[in-house]
Amino acid sequence: MGELINIFIKSVFIENMIFAFFLGMCSYLAVSKTVKTALGLGVAVTFVLLITVPVNYLLDTRLLKAGAMAWIDPELAQYDLSFLSFIMFIAIIAAMVQLVEMVVERFAPALYNALGIFLPLIAVNCSILGAALFVQERGYQSLAEATVFGVGSGVGWMLAIVAVAAIRERLQYSHVPAPLRGLGITFIITGLMGMAFMGFMGIKL
Amino acid sequence: MSSNEQSKPKSGLFSKENRKLLADPFNMQNPVTVQVLGICSSLAITVKLQPAIVMGVSVLVVTAFSNLITSLLRNLIPNRIRIIVQLVVVAALVIVVDQILKAYVYDVSKQLSVFVGLIITNCILMGRIEAFALGNTPWKSFLDGIGNGAGYAVVLIVIAFIRELLGSGQLYGYQVVPADWYLNPETGTGFYSNNGMMLLPPMALIVVAIIIWVQRSKFKDLIEK
Repeated sequence: MGELINIFIKSVFIENMIFAFFLGMCSYLAVSKTVKTALGLGVAVTFVLLITVPVNYLLDTRLLKAGAMAWIDPELAQYDLSFLSFIMFIAIIAAMVQLVEMVVERFAPALYNALGIFLPLIAVNCSILGAALFVQERGYQSLAEATVFGVGSGVGWMLAIVAVAAIRERLQYSHVPAPLRGLGITFIITGLMGMAFMGFMGIKL
Repeated sequence: MSSNEQSKPKSGLFSKENRKLLADPFNMQNPVTVQVLGICSSLAITVKLQPAIVMGVSVLVVTAFSNLITSLLRNLIPNRIRIIVQLVVVAALVIVVDQILKAYVYDVSKQLSVFVGLIITNCILMGRIEAFALGNTPWKSFLDGIGNGAGYAVVLIVIAFIRELLGSGQLYGYQVVPADWYLNPETGTGFYSNNGMMLLPPMALIVVAIIIWVQRSKFKDLIEK
């Protein structure tokens, strides 16, 4: 249990998807104009991560890795399909996003309209594929660890986008040099917040 | 599919219009600093020049060929499932690039780690396919892909140049700041020390912001309202 809490805290604060790896920056920059839509997108991303990370983990450890298919038939243990992982991961993610899109459209039409084009674009949000690839690369030991990592990354991403949206709402009333307006100042804010988040690196887990 | 596709008279391979497709992404239509595409996978690998160059070239190859292939297929892809078809085309190309990198530049491939795979979700690819390749002829799309890939690579290399020079005093792994400039605490000679801050992730964002600032002060049309 302690191990799981460590992974969660690590993925939310220390190895935050946005501030440490810059994953999912495209939609982060485009949707962070108001807090409400930012929160909606954050929840959607977290939900997609919650589903796709464990599914991709199972896919990787049960089918794709070298010798992973031994549970079907000992003879299959000699195959290594890991070169297929990119295409399999992205296919799972695209399918899951389609599912989430249908669910949101049915149960939260207001959110569906607010997110607009960015909902289908979650499929190409780097943080989703990034989380699946990090799980593969770091070799998490169990399904529970992978799931907790996925949720933690999603919560970290949501935290970042909501915080920046809140700052940008305030920023409309301030006097920013013309060439920096919009995109430029958002980069600088993100950089400064990234530096603040580096303070968490001192935590020993 | 755009309707004016076939209506224009045939133009030469490198007509003015086609050269514009190639040259615009370097400045006025730069994918990173103007269109805000492809930031995701670009910043974490710009600590040193070598991985940045490898990454830039990989992205250039993938954008050019994914644009070409989707443009060839554009009249066959049903509109509803186009995102998945595009992802499959891109993922297949990225797998090829990944295997080549692993075979020939293994060290760099290890340094890039997950970021090679993340080329799949690089927004430049989907952005250019959706906005350009689906409505234009293969040759134009190919040029557009090369232009945008190169525009991305240039920004990456500029960031990596600044970060490697100021952060570790090297360029492409070679020491460029003379060794006797460095401050030596024992003898008290020298005056220089590396800016360790430049090696940390947040500085990449600040360097991009500065590039945007410089570019937009020169070209006032790009300033946001």
